[in-house]
Parts: sequence; C-alpha cells; structure tokens
Amino acid sequence: MSDSDTSACSGVRPATITARGWGWRHAGRPRPAVSGLDLDIRPGERVLLLGPSGAGKSTLLHALAGVLGDSSAGGAAGRAAADAEDADETGRLLIDGAPPRAQRGRAGLMQQDPETQVVLSRLGDDVAFGAENLSVPPAEIWRRVAEALDDVGLGRLPLDHPTSALSGGQKQRLALAGILAMRPGLILLDEPTANLDPAGVLEVRDAVGRCLDKTGATLVVVEHRVSVWKGLVDRIVVLRPGSATDSAVLIDGPPDQVLAQARDMLTAAGVWVPGYVPPTRPRGAGGGAAGASGRSAAANAAGQLLLAAEDLAVSRERPRRAGLRGGFRPIPPVPVQSGITAQVRAGEALTITGPNGSGKSTFALTLAGLLAPVSGTVSATLALSAGAGIDPYQWKAQQLIARIGTVFQEPEHQFVTGRVLDELMFGPRQLGRGEDRVDELLERLRLTELVDANPYTLSGGEKRRLSVATVLAAHPQVLVLDEPTFGQDANTWAELASFLSELLDDGTAVVSVTHDTEFSEVLGGTGLSLGAPESPEPGKVAAP
Amino acid sequence: MRQELTLRGNHALLTRANPLAKFAAVMLITMVLALSIDWVSASVALAFELALLPLAGLTPAALWQRGWPLILAAALGGWSTTILAPDSGSVLLDARIWSISEGSLELGLGFMLRGLAIALPAVLLMSCTDPTDLADALAQKAKLPHRFVLGTLAAMRLVGLMAEEWQTIGMARRARGVGSHGNPLQRLRATLGQSFGLLVQAVRRASRLAVTMEARGFGGAQRTWARKSVFSGLDAWVFLGGLVIAAAAVASALAAGTWNMVFLARQ
Repeated sequence: MSDSDTSACSGVRPATITARGWGWRHAGRPRPAVSGLDLDIRPGERVLLLGPSGAGKSTLLHALAGVLGDSSAGGAAGRAAADAEDADETGRLLIDGAPPRAQRGRAGLMQQDPETQVVLSRLGDDVAFGAENLSVPPAEIWRRVAEALDDVGLGRLPLDHPTSALSGGQKQRLALAGILAMRPGLILLDEPTANLDPAGVLEVRDAVGRCLDKTGATLVVVEHRVSVWKGLVDRIVVLRPGSATDSAVLIDGPPDQVLAQARDMLTAAGVWVPGYVPPTRPRGAGGGAAGASGRSAAANAAGQLLLAAEDLAVSRERPRRAGLRGGFRPIPPVPVQSGITAQVRAGEALTITGPNGSGKSTFALTLAGLLAPVSGTVSATLALSAGAGIDPYQWKAQQLIARIGTVFQEPEHQFVTGRVLDELMFGPRQLGRGEDRVDELLERLRLTELVDANPYTLSGGEKRRLSVATVLAAHPQVLVLDEPTFGQDANTWAELASFLSELLDDGTAVVSVTHDTEFSEVLGGTGLSLGAPESPEPGKVAAP
Repeated sequence: MRQELTLRGNHALLTRANPLAKFAAVMLITMVLALSIDWVSASVALAFELALLPLAGLTPAALWQRGWPLILAAALGGWSTTILAPDSGSVLLDARIWSISEGSLELGLGFMLRGLAIALPAVLLMSCTDPTDLADALAQKAKLPHRFVLGTLAAMRLVGLMAEEWQTIGMARRARGVGSHGNPLQRLRATLGQSFGLLVQAVRRASRLAVTMEARGFGGAQRTWARKSVFSGLDAWVFLGGLVIAAAAVASALAAGTWNMVFLARQ
C-alpha cells in the first residue's frame, strides 16, 4: 500500500482483549452483572457473545467501550466499603494491556436503538463527530467520512442529507460509518439488528462484514439470532449469569463446535440457534387458552365479520389548520398508503406485511380506532360494536378497549401504573368489571412471580408478555399487535405464538403487523401485503 | 411529521452568512425596538425586515406558515392594548369599559407593530440558520464550552423525536383505556400521565444517546472541528444591515416626534 493511499486498513491496529477475574456490579444492585470473567481475544478475532438475559453481555460491551460509570476503583478499600450505592469493579479488563476508559476511540460501540445512534442532523457531520472528538485534523476527517460512507454503502447520499430521513437499517450503517471514521481496533455491536426488519438486518450485517474484511479490526457482537452472524464470526463465547463461584464463561470455541455441544442449553436459554424453530401449539389443537373465559367464542361464531376497512387511506399526521390559501379549513395530510381493503373476522388471523415505510403500523393503528382515516372507512359490525357506533375512532377509550385491544411495539409506551398487578387490573377497573381474568392471565403468561414488580424494571420478554396480558385483561374481541416478536428471544417467541394460537381458536380475531414469516405461519389466516410507499400499486388483499 | 433541523433546499444569500453575525444583527434591532412603543420606529423596522424576506429564502406564505402563532399573538396584543389602554385624544368608540380613543389606538397599533417587528427577525434568523452551524459558531467563534453547545445540539434532535413519541404514547394510552375525554380534572390527570410516560422515554433516549456520544470520544478537553466557522465579507454587511435598520427606526421616530422611551413613559 502506498503512502498516499492511507485508507482505513493502514490506520487500524486490531485490538487485543484480556479479562482476568473481571467482574462488575452496577450501582445500587445487590449482585454483580458479571463476575469472574477470564477471556482472551486475539487481534482480529470475531467473537459472537451469547448467553441468557442477565448474563452481563451488554455490561461487558459497555466496559470495553469505556462507557461504564466510574467504579469505586475496585481496590481493597472499595470492596471493603461494599456500599451498594456505588458501582464496584473487580479483577482486570484490558484492551492492549490498558484500561478501556483511558483509550478513547480505541473501541467503537453500536447499540440497539437506531434513533439514539445518530448524534447530528446531517449525514456527513454525524460521521465526522467521533473523529472530531479524537482531534483528527479536519482535512483528514473529511477523507475518512467519504471513505467510511462508501464502506457502509451510503456513499451515494449527499453529505448534507438529513439523518432523520434514513431508515432504521441506514441509521445503523451510519453509526457504523461514524465508528469506522475513528479507526477503532475493536468494534463492539450490542444487538445491532434487533430493531430492524429482515432487509435491514442483512444490510447491517453485510456492511459490518465488508468493513471487517477491509480493516481487520477485532469484533465482539451480542445478538440472539445466531444464524445472522454465524457466517461472519470465527468464535462463539457463551456467558452464564453472574455467580460467585463458577467461571463466567460457560462454553468457548468455533461456532460449529459450540452450536453442536451446547445446542440444548442454548435453545433452553432462548437463543435463536440456526435451523431451530421452537415448537409451538398448532392451530385447532384444543384445550383453549380461556376455557373458562371463552366469552368471545360464545358470542361470535368463527368467521363472523367484526371489522372492515374499505378503500382506506392512512397517515399518522393530523389534518393541518394553517395556511394562507386554505384559510382555517383543515388540509388533509398526504397518506402513506391508500386503497386498502381488508376484513377482520372472529377466530381468524390477519397478517400485515410490507417493506419499511409502507404504512403497515399506520394501517393497523387506524384499523384499531387509534388514528383517523385520511379517506375511506373503518367500520365495526354490530357483532363487535354492540351499540357503540360504527366508527371505532369515535369510540370512547373505555368502549374501545373492551372491543379492540392494541399491543404496541414498545411495551413501555403502554404502562400506566407502577406495579405489574395494577397494570393488569387497570383495564377491568376502567370498565367497572370483575377481575376474573387477571389471575388466569398472570398464570398463563408466567407473570405470577412478578405481581409486585415495577413494569419498567422487567426484562424485554417479561415486558412483552405483560403488555399482551394487560390488553387482554379487558377482553377485546379483536387483538391488534404491532411487531410483537421484534427483538424477542426464542422462548418468549414460542410462548407468544402458542398463546395467540389458543386465542384464535377461542374466537378472538388477531391482526398482526410482522416481518416474521414463521410467526405468521403459526397463526395462519389471511395475509395483507402493502406495497412500497411510492409504489403506484396500492395495497391489496393477498390470498391466504 | 418530524421537525426538520437542516436547511436543505434553502440557498438564499443569508444562509451563507455566519450565524453569529446574523444573531448580532437581530439583537441590535430587537434591543432598539424594545426601547420605545411607537408605531413609526416599529413600522420602519418592519418594512425593512419584510424587504429582507427573499434574502432569507422566505416567501410571505412560508412566513405565515412558520410564524402565524407569533403574528396572531401580536395582533391580539395590539387589540387588547387598544381597548384597555387609558384614553387620550378624542374617543372613537365607546362601549362601557371598552373604549377606543385616538391615543389608545395609536398605542395599540404601536404595540402590535412592535411585536411583529421584534418577532420577525427571530423567525428570519431561524429559517436561514442551520442549528449545527449555529452551534459551530457559538463554540468556535463565541468560545462557549463545546461540551455544552454540542450536548444541547444533540438534545435538540431528540426534541423532534419526542413530538412523535408524544403522539405514539397518546395512542398507546388510549389503547389502555385512558381517554382524553371527561371533565377537566380527568383530562388533566390523563395529560399528566402521558407527560410522565414521555419523560421516562426521554430519559431513556437521552441516556442511550449519551452513551453513543461518549463511545465516540465525546467529553474530552480538546477536539477539532470538521466544519470551520468563518466570518466573511458578507457578515460585515449583515451586521451593518442590522445597524442601519436599528438606526433608521430610531431616527425616523425621532424625526416624526413619536419616540417614546418605555422606561420614561408618561402615564
């Protein structure tokens, strides 16, 4: 390589990781997130980090990125004080023989939520941000920016492209570019594709692969979906939850060997092992979810029409009321999708699919009476409305939850109390109903142990189960779910799919927005595929 | 839907001026107008400002779209001053406690024009200034601490996101049976609950963003700037323009004899 061609490769010195008896306890927690970790990662190695939730995978990544809060120095004095208010570090964790905190820019970290991986409003500025912080000379920064954007496949966009206009997959690739521009020897990915659709997952994975091939940097990635990363890594390390006596590393070796050795243990921990779809309850298997509470089944025969969308155009925007020419008359927003026709029937599943930005969620929320249609109609039949009127958007909140239940993508958006039990009681209390179904739901969705916990402190899988339970507690005949399986481990996935299959057999209609083909196969029913937003072909009802 | 923080598509002359020069010019005009309630100085400044619209890449329609709340507020302020101010001169209309006299009309008109003339430069400034460039200028030229300036800038991006999040949380809570219906107390409680939900999400997002920034080396004492904030000849003209408008406003009011220092106002 010539001197003038100082591309990404020449600036990068792959990093070595050494952990010796390393442990970390977060401030205010009684037990350590990681303890007794012994691990050596050679320069240029690519490691997939697996383990059940609570094994401290993210904690390790944050520590390597040098962003874990200050500890009480980990000295004997620190431990003697054993004050639960302070974080506590034990042992040593080193990059190239020095603590990560002392080496800004040596490691680059990408997290899960694409929105918070973007720092600035313009594409080029965002990539430059890290390099600026490392005091790279400006001329060199802009060379790195152009190169990094090329490497992640965003080179064709102008440098002043607004970052808010990027898709989730593009935002994650932008974050990767920002990391590459720092020329780190270690790239850390913390569930980088958990919030992305299948196309976005591959986009990001392939961009990471290209950049590693080019720079030779060391990689540590945490991710549930092994099949996505298996071809790219050359080593899998499985961690176990913090324990005082055992080593933190459970299994360590080449991917094929680890997957063969630990397959059962990994599937039991909810890891998505390649070629394994967790068993779920088939449709029509009997033994319904709500044997005692099959109210909807009694009310509606399977196939009964409950809700219909007719030539519907949808948008999240509300009509606007300001403008010179329009005076103060509302201007209807531009729909993201139009011409949608669909029917929701008791005991039948409707699965809505389509690329990013095709208005899937917007349509589902409109169908669920949460957004007003731009044009066209959503109408409830008498079997569903029971006297509340034809248009679900006009229903009062209490009328709505007893008829149509909606589970949002982010469970936290729907939490309204500070205790799991109160969350579940909330719907029935709003309706002035008994709480007969609450115990059953607690039991069925394995929340009984958690009744006194604060919903915000639950794990991802527990939050998902709770959000489904809370909506069902109000006994809706139609259940609408927005990407219910996003980022879920295999265990939660299987539980959810089985539970919904029971609900369907009991006569509840289930509408789900999902990219997950295995999930929609379990539920069966009809598929509705929405076209790309700019596509002239509007959404159509596809064959079952 | 999302609040756009970049200026794509606006290539007007004033977008090329240094934000700090524009800011100084706006401050000059605003300070002078804050000194006197009279319709002459305000309307002279307003006429200049309207003439500058094209230089900021604004059309009257776009101005109305961005600034209508301010414009309505100014009109309302003028109207209430007109009917409530103590009367002087001949009374034009008398409806019990509400009366309009020559004096109160003049005062109300001055109040409205002054409101517009003070608000308009701010609208002008924001419509031709990219927040990122403003941050660059504040940190590099005005020497404000870069950690504070860049932290604020990154947080502003989240404000746009929060507007979306507010809508989503509102829908998510309706899906839980929390309505925005009912008596004012119930509605207040619903809004408070929704605000709490938003606050939780804002804190989560902010802490994740802080990790992202720290992981990109943010927070050190030294850094370089990929975008160098520079002053050019244009900036001298911008500052001079601000000075001319301010001076013209004062001079014409003095000449017309309407200059009326707020702090020395006779009651």
